[in-house]
Amino acid sequence: MNAEAAVQVADLRVTAPGLTGGQVMVVDAVSFAIGRGEVAALIGESGSGKTTIALSLMGYARGGCRISAATLRVGGTDVLGLSRRALARFRGRHVCYIAQSAAAAFNPARRIMAQVIEGALIHGLMKREAAEAKAITLFRALQLPEPERIGSRFPHQVSGGQLQRLLAAMALITDPELLILDEPTTALDVTTQIEVLRAFKRVVRERRVTALYVSHDLAVVAQIADHIIVLRNGRMQEEAATARLLAAPAHEYTASLLAAAEPALRAAPAQTARPLLEIAGIVAGYGRPGNSGLPPVPVLHGIDLAIRPGSAFGVVGESGCGKSTLARVVAGLLPPARGMIRLEGETLAGAAASRTREQLRRIQIVFQMPDTALNPARTVARIIARPLVFYHGLSGAAARQRSAELLELVHLPPSLVARYPGELSGGQKQRVNLARALAAEPSLVLCDEVTSALDTVVGAAILDLLTELREKLGLSYLFISHDLATVRALCDEVMVLYAGRSVERGSRDTLLRRPLHPYSDLLLSSVPELRPGWLETAPSAPAGIGRVVGMLDGCPFFPRCGARISDLCAQEKPPLRHLAKGAEIACHRTEEQLLSLQPDTGAAKLLPLATASTS
Amino acid sequence: MNEAAPATHRRVRLGVHLSLAGLFGTIVVGGWILVALAAPALAQHGEAQIVSGTVFGPMSRRFPLGTDYLGRDVLSLILYGARYTIGLALAATALAALCGITLGTLAAASGGAFDGVLSRSMDTLISLPGLMFALVMVAALGASVPVLVGTAAVIYTPGAFRIARSVAVDINAMEFVLVARARGEKTHTIMIEEILPNMVLPVLTDFGLRFVFIVLLLSSLSFLGLGIQPPAADWGSLVRENIQGLGYGAPAVIMPAVAIATLTIGVNLMIDGFGGRRRRLFADER
Repeated sequence: MNAEAAVQVADLRVTAPGLTGGQVMVVDAVSFAIGRGEVAALIGESGSGKTTIALSLMGYARGGCRISAATLRVGGTDVLGLSRRALARFRGRHVCYIAQSAAAAFNPARRIMAQVIEGALIHGLMKREAAEAKAITLFRALQLPEPERIGSRFPHQVSGGQLQRLLAAMALITDPELLILDEPTTALDVTTQIEVLRAFKRVVRERRVTALYVSHDLAVVAQIADHIIVLRNGRMQEEAATARLLAAPAHEYTASLLAAAEPALRAAPAQTARPLLEIAGIVAGYGRPGNSGLPPVPVLHGIDLAIRPGSAFGVVGESGCGKSTLARVVAGLLPPARGMIRLEGETLAGAAASRTREQLRRIQIVFQMPDTALNPARTVARIIARPLVFYHGLSGAAARQRSAELLELVHLPPSLVARYPGELSGGQKQRVNLARALAAEPSLVLCDEVTSALDTVVGAAILDLLTELREKLGLSYLFISHDLATVRALCDEVMVLYAGRSVERGSRDTLLRRPLHPYSDLLLSSVPELRPGWLETAPSAPAGIGRVVGMLDGCPFFPRCGARISDLCAQEKPPLRHLAKGAEIACHRTEEQLLSLQPDTGAAKLLPLATASTS
Repeated sequence: MNEAAPATHRRVRLGVHLSLAGLFGTIVVGGWILVALAAPALAQHGEAQIVSGTVFGPMSRRFPLGTDYLGRDVLSLILYGARYTIGLALAATALAALCGITLGTLAAASGGAFDGVLSRSMDTLISLPGLMFALVMVAALGASVPVLVGTAAVIYTPGAFRIARSVAVDINAMEFVLVARARGEKTHTIMIEEILPNMVLPVLTDFGLRFVFIVLLLSSLSFLGLGIQPPAADWGSLVRENIQGLGYGAPAVIMPAVAIATLTIGVNLMIDGFGGRRRRLFADER
């Protein structure tokens, strides 16, 4: 093994006590080394042991787990040989950890600077003034705005992407021998992710930091890692240099991960003309409506859409753009302030309580988090049986029979009925979630980020299931996601939402063709590609939040837009333009202008998908 | 399919995971409940029976915990007293918890003006000093068992309401409740089917705490002479009646106090055991 390696791990095993008494191998015989200044990546699905391995490098195992290894060295230190006290000196000094949720990692009650330099002060490395000066250097290196002053803010006063970079500054303040990044960009929007990844990459290169990057996202890892270790069920499947692993995966599992990273397009069935669901001029928001009848925090500003029977309508946008609010409005959970919802020509009341049971039955909603969408105190049998009783009056043997059929429909074994949600995996929970919606025999299913909380491979299986159910049962979907690739894989029509307004709407094929609305263009080109070096060529737009509070006159995207016309865009509402490709966008620029402004930077991405759709 | 179920299957097992302290608490509390049930069989003497010429007698073979200010057997008195102390407190706690949980869940599930009115009324009630309120009630209505139970229940309902409401509000915002709402379920179905089953642990913990408060409240009332009336005596009255024995170091005043202490500490340990189990359950979810 390389004598210069900063991290050496040989035959690492982590065991956890099983419920039946034995020991369960969480990590089994893992060996790797990271050279000084190198970035290694651990990649795998949830439960693959990647975080457990990362934590064991800090000498930490979760309650009841035990670490053993032939070698476990970080820098010159044998981690397993350290006493409790020595470990406390070691952690945060020689190994630092960047967690997924920066919001949870910061203390909301203390100023950022105090928290960033805390590590240096605790370990007695430098005086407060020196530490603060160093923190400011780091802020600058991480391209944070106002590096001299950002430290005096509180965590809630900066954006999510900035907080994640501040967390990196906190970790780097002690110049650790190893930096562990555990899914640091997973919770961020794609456009923010680019900024954070760039900052990380730059600081890691400049300071020659040895880093271990833990992620489930191959495309992200491809941008930053020198070599990649693929894990599954606690075992190493493959280890190779990044470029080689992406070009020629040796292991079958790696190949399946690569395949799932770029979802294939699902076939779209023929459609009839009459819309199943029509909504027009929807204005909705939160808070008690004022004198004008408008809510104080408007989220949706006049949304129109129509979903034809048997089709899937995708709504895509960054967090805060109002896409989940739209699902709630359609489901009757949030009555709109203005506008109309019509189901097969019948106007629906705004609140669920005022709709008829038949109307309610026909629209079902499936939520994002499989953990909170199922009642943890009820068995699967009872969860699925409830809509059967409620809408169809089925009970006893008839309900059991139907539940079994529904489980079969979502490809779950009938033996699961006796389980509680806590005893199911994420993918299984999401299938039960779907089965419950199907129990009502709906015509429209509202899918709110249904694959976002799942691993790519599991998410792809859910997409396949949705496609299959659509063909079998003639379902329609309103499919909401922040992930453009997922939306494009499933949906026939797509709406891009920005700050509660539709900026582009058209068939999914139109999203493959330029010109695009500048925001769609940014969103599309921000999706990481599996090609190393993509990060350097990716577009950069001023980071911002996809939410504009209150009504405004001009285009909401104006502050971030690369194609803006200074005064016009800020002051006047953009007109609706029908483009030759068949989509409609809200933009002041003409089709010709947009075409000349959008060179083929993202052509590499657009091309393969375009060919896939024709095959 | 590429979805593997989690390697460890977690079944909900009630009462299996108890810490050592929790186990000890459960044994103490269980013991006292058994004593209360079997008091007539266990006690050697009646509760009004004067059996010795010596007042404030020391511990002896015949009177293991000595005699009281009238020459009655203290052990027998404590055994009988357990029925009043535990029985009254249990009844009052159950009543307070029933009202508090029902109203709290209803307030959370209904929301809006109903929630506002109910919450403010409970705030008004909670602002009354408990012991003062109890004294007024007993002075006005007399110190009968129903009055004592009712008074204690009224005093502790707002607390139970607050806890139940805050737990229910959190659950009410969960997506499975939204799904039920979108399905068109009525408020009472949402309360019973979706919210209540997920409140069991925190509410049980609160029940135990409130039980301790009520034991102490009733004991203080008895100590002031406004609780259970002679010749019946709960532990609080036993302490008051024998307060003069303090000067003689008589076990008659110490032992009922020890009984109150063991019961309340036992309940607390038991609750902590439950709490620990709950944290572990949540930790497993991750």
